[in-house]
Amino acid sequence: MTRKQRRLSLIGAMGAVLALALGLVLYAMSDTIVFFHAPADVQEKGVQPGTRFRLGGLVKEGSVKRSEGQVVTFEVMDARGAIPVRYQGILPDLFREGQGVVTEGVLEPTGTFRADTVLAKHDETYMPREVADALRRQGHWQGEEKSPQQAKP
Amino acid sequence: MLVEAGHFALALALGLSLIQFAVPLWGTRTNDPVLMGVATPAALAVAGLVSFSFLALTIAYATSDFSVVNVVENSHTTKPFIYKITGVWGNHEGSMLLWILILALFGAVVAVAKNSVPPRLRANTLAMQAAITIAFLLFMLVSSNPFARLNPAAPEGQDLNPILQDPGLAIHPPLLYIGYVGFSISFAFACAALIDGRIDAVWARAVRPWTLAAWVFLTLGIAMGSYWAYYELGWGGWWFWDPVENASFMPWLAGTALVHSTVVMEKRDALKVWTILLAILTFSLSLLGTFLVRSGILTSVHSFAVDPSRGVFILAILVVFIGGSLALFAWRAPLLQQGGLFAPVSREGALVVNNLFLATGCATVFIGTLYPLALEALTGEKISVGAPFFNFTFVPVIVPLLLLVPLGQTLAWKRGNVLGTIQRLYAVLGFSLVLTVAVLAFTIGGPVAAPLGIGLGVFLVLGSLNEIVTRSWSRGTPLSVAFAKARGLPRSTWGTVIAHAGVGVTVIGIAATAWSVEAIGTLKVGDRLAAGPYEVRLERLTPRTGPNYREDVATLRVWHGNRDLGPLETMKRLYVTRGMPTTEAGIMSVGLSQVYASVGEVHSDGRLDLRLYSKPLILLIWLGSIVMAFGGALSLTDRRLRVGAPVRARTPHGVPAPAE
Repeated sequence: MTRKQRRLSLIGAMGAVLALALGLVLYAMSDTIVFFHAPADVQEKGVQPGTRFRLGGLVKEGSVKRSEGQVVTFEVMDARGAIPVRYQGILPDLFREGQGVVTEGVLEPTGTFRADTVLAKHDETYMPREVADALRRQGHWQGEEKSPQQAKP
Repeated sequence: MLVEAGHFALALALGLSLIQFAVPLWGTRTNDPVLMGVATPAALAVAGLVSFSFLALTIAYATSDFSVVNVVENSHTTKPFIYKITGVWGNHEGSMLLWILILALFGAVVAVAKNSVPPRLRANTLAMQAAITIAFLLFMLVSSNPFARLNPAAPEGQDLNPILQDPGLAIHPPLLYIGYVGFSISFAFACAALIDGRIDAVWARAVRPWTLAAWVFLTLGIAMGSYWAYYELGWGGWWFWDPVENASFMPWLAGTALVHSTVVMEKRDALKVWTILLAILTFSLSLLGTFLVRSGILTSVHSFAVDPSRGVFILAILVVFIGGSLALFAWRAPLLQQGGLFAPVSREGALVVNNLFLATGCATVFIGTLYPLALEALTGEKISVGAPFFNFTFVPVIVPLLLLVPLGQTLAWKRGNVLGTIQRLYAVLGFSLVLTVAVLAFTIGGPVAAPLGIGLGVFLVLGSLNEIVTRSWSRGTPLSVAFAKARGLPRSTWGTVIAHAGVGVTVIGIAATAWSVEAIGTLKVGDRLAAGPYEVRLERLTPRTGPNYREDVATLRVWHGNRDLGPLETMKRLYVTRGMPTTEAGIMSVGLSQVYASVGEVHSDGRLDLRLYSKPLILLIWLGSIVMAFGGALSLTDRRLRVGAPVRARTPHGVPAPAE
């Protein structure tokens, strides 16, 4: 086999693998990506029920209600709106009223957001970046995105 | 006073690094051995100064010196002593200092290592190493000074984040950083070769042990981090495809490719240009990882927000090093001589395939990790790319590679024979297929991924070990002779076999997670909850007080069928200083499987929410990684790397396994 043929076979193999990967990436991009919305965005952008997305904002004071079977309902709010959220499971340690939260799930036709994931943070003063940005944009929250900690277990 | 001395030592180290950078470079241009020789003492002095600086900060922590801002923010008098020490790197400034310490120590080891590195290459390498040190020392001194004073001193500290008060902090960051920073040596060697315009098997032999050592530590560091997250976060997950995890996984993938491509270069003098590029990319990905974690630019379950202005500084470092080295590459790489020829079907060809798949896999992780950032910068849309994306893109790219591992490993150099190789694997292939079908039949109705993955893992383990068998035994060989032959095989062969078998073990562990079962319940004392084959009963709920926390301890009793496996405790803790709650999961190992319990909300009527998992064979994930690292370490002790490197006594102590 000559050098040229060898190089061609190499380039062929490379092209095949890269094409496969590119195809997978593009397909996955259209299918597995999840958008982030603040409560006000959900109404403004007309997010359809059934779409999977991340909802982030502040947990409204006094809205957290627990019932049988680890079902928790609370409201996620920002300056211009609030959306009721229903979650079944165990909440992260740092979930508190008045604090930032990011949930992931599906909007039901009734307007309730059915979350299957509530994101935990490692730090009690930490505000998820998306939430901080969304709130800052609405002039609701001026706090610094600051925390003395870093680390990654 | 000691604190100021520590600060001053850092500044001094910066000055010396400038000398270590400029003088040897000038020396290699003018061919002056004296100037080139400056690199060695300079590297040693920098290492000494940075060590002193690190020691000064450690002493400030150990003695709870609350006149130092960093100590106030991250320590407390009641904190257990071990966490006072590990707390040194449990914060941004301290962890950067640890980064630089490891960098400087690596530089010192390169300076004194007697592994027949030509003086020009050594001088250039140390100069490049110094360039990295300069950048990071500047970063520390300008924007992340750990020695800043607080006046007046605080009476008490704010305590370390409770999540970090764990033995994991003592082990995981140092291992990970040794891995990350270890690749800086490969990077420095690559740049040195480009500057010199010369690269040959001597270069490959010089750089390979460093790459391998870095890879071993990175493997252990990632595995350790994964186990830490598994037991600390209380969700029972061991890998979340989280940006911070990906940040460490990308250099690992590229580093794995580099470990393999240096073999080709060393043995066959081929793939030179690619190896150089890979060395640059691997360290670039390490830098990128540091950037992603330090800047807090990505939302992660593991990282904490940090000051964005620091992110800009690291981004600048990133641009200078990656851009600079790639420009150097584009300018000088055409000078490098093309090396040996090989047929597509050969060991070299197999290693090229390995590199191709690993690089592609790395690229998919890269896209998934950085795409949200790019999209947000361009359109303002916020998205998250999670596990489904990576399972869909990375897994299909990496599975074919795993299938090819036992084949490639036994192909001959230069020109191989596929049929012959497959013939040698008949027994293994047959056994793995039968096993897969048997497991499928046995667990019918269950997830299909688990049996397939286990079949793949078993094929990897047996296929790797098969090499030892075929090389030491054939029909009619007495067993004693075969054992003697097997023992006589080079350690690098054993290392390869063991590392590949380790991959198989990890694959089995990962596949078996498809069988894990989760159960959630609200229990009062005496209630039971079952997950898979295990059942627990809540025995009691008792309060307890620790050194700097209070906790509610839920004591469970675990059964497997009728067999009593004993008590298991899971705690809900409240760290008093920060008022921060944490959950301590209770984990019981049953063979290689685990029962995992974590307590949720404790209700006012004494009931509590409990999460219970059955995790079959989960320990194999981390055991496999340890086996991989052991294989790599064994390969490091191979004769060819020891020969010509007789002096070891002068290696500074405290430096992990210099690769000689």
